[in-house]
Amino acid sequence: MSDTDNTEDRPDMGDRHEPRFDEPTGQYTTGHSWDGIEELNTPMPRWWLGIFYASIVIALIYALLMPSIPLINSHYKGLLGHSDRKAVALDMVNMRTGRAQFSDKLTGVDLENIMGDPELFRFAMAAGKSAFGDNCATCHGAGGQGFKGYPNLNDDIWIWGGTFEEIRHTLEVGVRASHDDTQFNLMQAYGRDGLLTRDEIKDLTEYLLAFTDRSENPDAVARGKSLFAENCVSCHGAEATGDQSQGAPNLTDLDWLYGGERADILETLNNGRQGVMPNWNERLSPDTITALAVYVHALGGGEPSNPVE
Amino acid sequence: MSALTHTTANPHIKTDESMWPMLFILVPVMIWAMFAAAGPGFGTFAGVPMKFHAGIMLTALLGGVVYIIGKMGSNPPTIDHSRYADKVVKYGVIATTFWGIVGMSAGVLIAAQMTWPGIFYFDGAWTNFGRLRPLHTSAVIFAFGGNALIATSFYVVQRTCRTRLAGGSWPWFVFWGYQLFIIMAASGYLMGITGGKEYAEPEWYVDLWLTIVWVAYLLVFLMTLAKRKEPHIYVANWFYLAFIVTVAILHIVNNLALPVALTSAKSYGVYAGVQDAMTQWWYGHNAVGFFLTAGFLAIMYYFIPKRANRPIWSYKLSIVHFWAVIFIYIWAGPHHLHYTALPQWTQTLGMVFSIMLWMPSWGGMINGLMTLQGAWDKLRTDPVLRMLVVSVAFYGMATFEGPLMSIRYVNALSHYTDWGIGHVHSGALGWNGFVTFGALYCLVPWLWKKKELYSTKLVEWHFWLATLGIVFYITAMWGAGISQGLNWRSYTELGFLEYSFIETVSPLHVFFAIRTLGGFLFLLGTLIMAYNIRMTIKGRGNATSIVTNAASDPVMPSPVPSTLAPAE
Repeated sequence: MSDTDNTEDRPDMGDRHEPRFDEPTGQYTTGHSWDGIEELNTPMPRWWLGIFYASIVIALIYALLMPSIPLINSHYKGLLGHSDRKAVALDMVNMRTGRAQFSDKLTGVDLENIMGDPELFRFAMAAGKSAFGDNCATCHGAGGQGFKGYPNLNDDIWIWGGTFEEIRHTLEVGVRASHDDTQFNLMQAYGRDGLLTRDEIKDLTEYLLAFTDRSENPDAVARGKSLFAENCVSCHGAEATGDQSQGAPNLTDLDWLYGGERADILETLNNGRQGVMPNWNERLSPDTITALAVYVHALGGGEPSNPVE
Repeated sequence: MSALTHTTANPHIKTDESMWPMLFILVPVMIWAMFAAAGPGFGTFAGVPMKFHAGIMLTALLGGVVYIIGKMGSNPPTIDHSRYADKVVKYGVIATTFWGIVGMSAGVLIAAQMTWPGIFYFDGAWTNFGRLRPLHTSAVIFAFGGNALIATSFYVVQRTCRTRLAGGSWPWFVFWGYQLFIIMAASGYLMGITGGKEYAEPEWYVDLWLTIVWVAYLLVFLMTLAKRKEPHIYVANWFYLAFIVTVAILHIVNNLALPVALTSAKSYGVYAGVQDAMTQWWYGHNAVGFFLTAGFLAIMYYFIPKRANRPIWSYKLSIVHFWAVIFIYIWAGPHHLHYTALPQWTQTLGMVFSIMLWMPSWGGMINGLMTLQGAWDKLRTDPVLRMLVVSVAFYGMATFEGPLMSIRYVNALSHYTDWGIGHVHSGALGWNGFVTFGALYCLVPWLWKKKELYSTKLVEWHFWLATLGIVFYITAMWGAGISQGLNWRSYTELGFLEYSFIETVSPLHVFFAIRTLGGFLFLLGTLIMAYNIRMTIKGRGNATSIVTNAASDPVMPSPVPSTLAPAE
């Protein structure tokens, strides 16, 4: 089938100006014709017009009720006097007053006070879980399991301390963050900055691997031991077991923040590590930070508080 | 064909001098491209991509200049003004098919990236989602859709005005200028050159080039209308003209920007803050309204009555819904910015204009569907007509869903979710895609003088694969979007958010997989169409050539059948 044929069947189409009756629709044409296309004079459907008019009426009513018309210095406020900005502000106030009975208690208290009040503890855990999902999960994982370079928060290994107070302090001031009192240390780029030679870095690596019986080069381990004594003990300690007060990790186990394979350790020694934990005191309220500390402490690895600070 | 016997006697054959003025555009732009490509001495931002980018432009423009000088210098072309200019339409049909495949492939790839990032994220910035996503949207909207609109408008305006395209070779300037715009936009995205405005990502110099091309398009179209041999202007041409004029205004206003330097790729928009957001969505919404709605309604208004061989159902409805769409659509943009810093009165107006837009939009659907009255039986046997009619059904669905989603209380749930993605794809795949496929299936045998398509059975395959693909796509996105919307607003009894963001993302995996499958089926249908078109042009299968007798070809302005031979 081809339209060519159709057009040629009616060669006078282009000049037709008389309306004709159209059998299938029972309507007359307008008499216009373009390239064989005619138009019927069908009136607009009444249901269509009806809904169109109704939608205009609904639009007018809604515009009358709500803020809608711009004026010179202001705008028409609407019969209902509704304002999104006011509604949001009111919602925020209501939320704060609703939570105040708990959140006020969370500021500046220790864990014992919170644990002693089951309702307060439940609130702190709920607030902590919610804040964790929105602020911490991006790096530490939705379950706090961590990733390479981002500590696991479920275990009992803590770089800057795992008591409730220490966790809260880390949340407040961060690590290598912009807070004036931020926790800071320097794992230097020993290779890149020329502090140690390539061979010395290899020896140090063998020494560290030897703690977990993964080195097969006793000579290198021996050389590494003296290198360690010269370069690393001030932070990681003579036994290489680390020092939480300086944020220096234990190097004798199989848990490594940046990976414990030979290549990972070489990489760390060569280029250093300067991971950042933001200081959350500017973004989160003190009670939210307390709630987060309660939540993270309860994830599984929280340590009991030191008896005397 | 024996054109020579014709030539001597035909008073309508004249020398075409229209190429010379093109040099006034091409040469200055070429000189600019030379400076931009020359190097960093001009304080370029993102210098290396800019050199390469300007180099592409330089090469293309140089090619154009050399071609024009060579052609005009040796053997100036002649044009038979009694014939339709169909070769440029043929090129447009092929460009539409080509860019459709490119754009849809990019869509399937980024859908797969979101579903299986571990597999489909490749090394190198060129193929990351942030660069491929604008490539996908621009390729399907502006390259596939734009070429379809330009090609069909050139075809339709000639037939319904019974006159040849105006402007001599300027339709070719429009065609090739538009392809250059597409190449510049796409290559820029991949290199990271972007203005950052959604659906308006090209940087300032590409925007300016498109402005030149678009004004040429407008003039060709207007001048053709002006020399028409019909007393009235057909409804399809009202829609085409509204599309061309409004898109020009939208494009210019939204893209006003100041370049960092004349040879720098980087520019900064003149608007800031909420005014920028409002201008952007005034543009974005009306790109949908005037590019994807008005333009494609024009296609519908020609190809459905033509294919069904029935009169347009209601002349009155076409007038009223045209003016209602044109008047109301332009105000509806603020519904993209509900619950934002945009003043609430603006949001209210955006919403109520969207509600009033429902019936005017449906006017087009009613006129399209009811035109089938007296020809419904053809749907059983003609898959091309079925494709056109189903496109109108999807148009009706999308234009009901749109006003619904613009209601602020619905929008509170649907905004920022995948429901929006589903909504635009029921429009893009179902409406714009199908109406374009239907028009291409009509045009190819008409333009290449074949009795019918190579294979109607392959059209059936295309129809069903694509329909299934759309159903998978939009149902998956409804599921994903509503799940997102509900999870985001879910609170615990103590008033805290129930789910972190990542917890609302992980349930989407299965929906994303179904979406990828749907997109793949749709792409598969398009590939089948491309094969069918190719075989039809080659004259295989049922596509036997129609033998026309050149001597009896009628000369305009007498009434002419739609099969005038192309002049070129």
